[in-house]
Amino acid sequence: MTAPRTLYDKLVDSHTVRTIDEASGEVLLYVDRTVLNEYTSPQAFTALREADRKVFRPGSALGVIDHVNSTQPPDMTSPEDQSDDIQMSYFVRNCRDFGIELFDLFHTQQGIEHVVMPELGLVLPGLVIAAGDSHTTTYGAFGALGFGIGTSDIEHFLATQTLLYRRLKTMEVAISGTLPIGVTAKDIVMAVIREIGADGAQGHAVEFTGTAIEHLSIEGRMTICNMAVEGGARGALVAPDQRVFDYIAGRPRAPKADDLALAYPYWKTLKSDPDVQFDRRIELDAQTIQPMVSWGTSPDQALPIDGTIPDPALEPTPSRRRDAERALEYMGLTPGSRMTDIAIDHAFIGSCTNARIEDLRAAAAILDGRKVAAGVKAIIVPGSREVKRQAEAEGLDQVFLSAGFEWRQSGCSMCLAMNDDVIPAGGRCASSTNRNFEGRQGAGARTHLMSPAMVAAAAVAGHLCDVRDFEVSYAS
Amino acid sequence: MRPDPFDHVSGTIAALPAANIDTDVIMPKTFLKGIDRSGLERGVFHDLRFDERGEPRPDFVLNQPPWRNARFLVTGANFGCGSSREHAVWGLLQLGIRAIIAPSFAGIFFDNCARNGLLAIEAAETDVGHLTGCAQEAQTVTINLPGQAIETQDRTLTFDISEQRKTMLLQGLDAVGMTLQRRKDIEAFQDQYLADRPWLA
Repeated sequence: MTAPRTLYDKLVDSHTVRTIDEASGEVLLYVDRTVLNEYTSPQAFTALREADRKVFRPGSALGVIDHVNSTQPPDMTSPEDQSDDIQMSYFVRNCRDFGIELFDLFHTQQGIEHVVMPELGLVLPGLVIAAGDSHTTTYGAFGALGFGIGTSDIEHFLATQTLLYRRLKTMEVAISGTLPIGVTAKDIVMAVIREIGADGAQGHAVEFTGTAIEHLSIEGRMTICNMAVEGGARGALVAPDQRVFDYIAGRPRAPKADDLALAYPYWKTLKSDPDVQFDRRIELDAQTIQPMVSWGTSPDQALPIDGTIPDPALEPTPSRRRDAERALEYMGLTPGSRMTDIAIDHAFIGSCTNARIEDLRAAAAILDGRKVAAGVKAIIVPGSREVKRQAEAEGLDQVFLSAGFEWRQSGCSMCLAMNDDVIPAGGRCASSTNRNFEGRQGAGARTHLMSPAMVAAAAVAGHLCDVRDFEVSYAS
Repeated sequence: MRPDPFDHVSGTIAALPAANIDTDVIMPKTFLKGIDRSGLERGVFHDLRFDERGEPRPDFVLNQPPWRNARFLVTGANFGCGSSREHAVWGLLQLGIRAIIAPSFAGIFFDNCARNGLLAIEAAETDVGHLTGCAQEAQTVTINLPGQAIETQDRTLTFDISEQRKTMLLQGLDAVGMTLQRRKDIEAFQDQYLADRPWLA
């Protein structure tokens, strides 16, 4: 009898080429796939060129331009724009020279890397996918181990198909019960991060379990695994089930039916053994989770929407107090004031966390027949061209435009503001993104994280508000 | 890329006593537009070091004379969280920082440090507290990597580091070159792995 193992253990074991150091748990890890972007990959390719090294398996990489491109038509589709930008043009040259497929700005499947990979069917149970972006944890929604790496590790992967990897501890986050109406996957993950802290899962791979997770759509699971990195997780998993198999079947790059039949027996083994012990375990009751909003400059500084800004004096340690005071000063907020009294001037729906079709549908349900408040600049950036086409086929774009939202081309856009979508100093944004750091959406910009539906509600009200106060006709 | 070897390094230690200092703060996006590793020194803690006019902020520790040439930072938990941008590590090295001591580091940042010869030391809260005191006095301390020790004026602290990371730091090894010596192992593994999983072929 072998000892019981977690899903994470099974994924690492099945990809271990050799053990490097038993004591520290370091292994040479085989990596199935990567997705490359224009801003974290250039120095990796330069290093390969300088050492005259080839890419080990070019077919295991896909290049996507997403971080720096403008999302404003017609800028998006100007050839000059792509060739003038040094990162985009060097990326085009690198993919060509090293034989890597590229979705550039003119490709019909262009989009945010973590939206594109799953929608193509490139993310499969049992894979290890490492990529130069911290939100690679998204792929755990399929029972694949996804994690972010730096540029040196991108170079290491491209040249060797492997990484030097230190095995993590394991942590189970069990979400029991049923989510209340109006509460979403985004609220679950924000509640978890608030509970454990921004470093709560540091050094751990998290597995999300429980009935609330089982009942979530694959897109909802992606949102949770995506944002788990904001709680310090270097991997976030959900055991694959029939929903995952159904999602994958028929996607353009997924295995074909005959091959899927071969895969299913293996995929069904990809779960934690019943009597396995995780290093840590926390449990939340879904029934107690409410729509969440962040108030500070770290994703764990968040509250249910009906809360009031906490008093730093109540923090348990002097350093925590200083951090909270600094966050409030940056955010221009005072302890004791109600979250729902915070007025906004920007609203952003987008990002690898919340720019998939279900996210847009949820926002449209709130915006249908309503108008964005005066003085609020509101934009929606679909996660990919595919999502954009689907939203337009469903008429969602007309709902957004009628409400006063701008309807954009796909990209990362205002989530990290590396393109021309920057919030001015002092601006305050209701944002469906993943990071509320100082300066994240622009120097001096203030970010409140929340679900896409909550952003839509805030855009209409002109201030943070509870989406559950809006009447919508939910499709049953 | 071969990092500079790290053996015994002496220098001033500076304190940044805050938790969750993220890579957007360490290296703002304005400095991420290039395709090489150079020219990032100005970007490190840019919005903390410089005001809107680009003038140094006198209240920021690294702008104050005792710490202007600091070689080491002691800081709070979860240092380097957020974006995977390795530019943060390149910039810190270009600013002259050779080691960072914190109760914990974000995973990606910790690995990025190891790949570039920046020593990231995970230390107990009590040791972090002692080093913060040393930093407030602008002490010169010595980090002795072979002996896994931080030598301060009145105390020597020891730290843990994996053999693999220690070797890489001491010798400034080329990790890709080392792994490629095992190319045959990797190819054999891949052949078997794909044979077992025909749906990936």
